Formats: sequence, structure tokens, C-alpha cells
Amino acid sequence: MSDDTLGDVCTVEKVLDSTLESVDVAELLVMDLALSAGFDEDDLMGISLAVRECLVNAVKHGNRFSELKKVRFQVLQAPNRITVKIRDEGAGFKLEDVPDPLAEENLMRSSGRGLFLIRAFVDEFTVRGLEPHGTEVTLIKSRANGHPPSSPPG
Amino acid sequence: MSITLTNRQVGDITVIDVAGRITLGEGSSALRDALRELVSKGQKKILLSLGDVSYIDSSGIGELVSGFTTVTNQGGQLKLLNLTKRVKDLLQITKLYTVFDVHDEESTAIRAYN
Repeated sequence: MSDDTLGDVCTVEKVLDSTLESVDVAELLVMDLALSAGFDEDDLMGISLAVRECLVNAVKHGNRFSELKKVRFQVLQAPNRITVKIRDEGAGFKLEDVPDPLAEENLMRSSGRGLFLIRAFVDEFTVRGLEPHGTEVTLIKSRANGHPPSSPPG
Repeated sequence: MSITLTNRQVGDITVIDVAGRITLGEGSSALRDALRELVSKGQKKILLSLGDVSYIDSSGIGELVSGFTTVTNQGGQLKLLNLTKRVKDLLQITKLYTVFDVHDEESTAIRAYN
């Protein structure tokens, strides 16, 4: 995977089936890790939603729920930062091809808000096409207060 | 990881009390089915009470929009009640908050139907 998070500790790496159950698994995993890293409730919900939207994109739009395709899910942690990388095996997409969900003509569409919400709730969001196929997205969220989580008593 | 929908009647208005998660899969499809069933039965005044919704994703937001369109296209009115801060924030950043008729009190929501 990319080297922009060298030095971060990989805490979770999973290969997931292209199912909605995998979305729930990844969401719960990242919520637990972000909680233990000391993120506040608002950040937890934002990280959870961003990861959920990325996983949905990977299993639904990327891998199209194929039993033959997997999603690779990796969480890396630094003292005040959590990084999530998600890879699918789909055909890929270009960010510039995704319609703006806030444009008047798109406002009443029943879909197309996922990428917008991801961007709204993380500090950095990058999309990288893979060869020969697939997409890797990276989400980075830093803790606003910048202090390490307190140690458990005892 | 589930959703509960409970219908009750207040005069000619159907109130749907929604609890749990409105996310892609069970949550969003249950809400879609409930709204379509009411519309197919000719119900034109529907109030979605969302105070116990713990989580909503883009699919859930899309289902609210789709439900609003379905009900409106049949000449009906879909209103929202008791939004949590989270749902309200999401509707605001997606510029949908002003699309819906949103109420904090059930009594005022009921009075707002024509």
C-alpha cells in the first residue's frame, strides 16, 4: 500500500467477502479502534460513517457483491491519528466523474451522497487506481485535541 | 444492527415510529417497503418519527428522499419529526434539511397537515 503512513502501526488487516455483513464487521472494528484511540463521540460517528460508505462502495459498486472478489481492509494507528485503507477488485472510478450531490439537479436523487459524506467526516481522503484492476481508498482522521488517550486505571 | 417500524394512527395521519439503524440493506428496505405499502393503500398523510434512529447512512438518507418523492408524487405529504442531532446535521450538510417539513413536536407536526 502507499507509503504516506510509514511509521504508523498496523492494528488490523482483514480480507473480507463482498457482502453487507463485511460492511458491518469493518464498521464495528474501526469504531472499537477509534474509541480506544481516544476519539470523541462526534469523531467516532464520522469515522464510522466514512468507513461504512467506503466499504459499501467497495462491495457494491467495486466488487458488485461478487463471491470471487475480496475487499482488503487495513487500519493503521499513530498516537493521534487513525488511517484506514480499503481495496477492492472492481473496475475503478474517477472522482471527477461522480456528480455533485449538492447541485440542484441532483438534490432529490436517491443515491450519490456517499463520497460527499466520506469527505465531510475525515481529514484526508484519497483514491488510487490499482493495476491491473481495483481501487484503494485511504481515509485519515486525526484527533482534534491531540492528546494521547488516557491509560486505564490500575 | 436492526430497524423497528411501528405504525400508529392519529386521525387521518399515519405516524411511523422508526427506531434503530437506517442503513443499506435491511434498514433502508424496511423503510421503503413501509412507505410504499402505505402509499399503495391510499394513505396520503405520513409522519416519520425519527427520534430513536441511532444511525443513518447515505442509503438511509436516499430512502428518506425517495420516500418523500413517492408520497409527494401521489399527492400526499411526508413530514419528519424528532430528528436526532446526527440526522439533522446530515440533512443540513447534504442541503436536504429545507426540502423536508421538519418538526420537533408531534402536535405541531399533526397540525401542519392540510
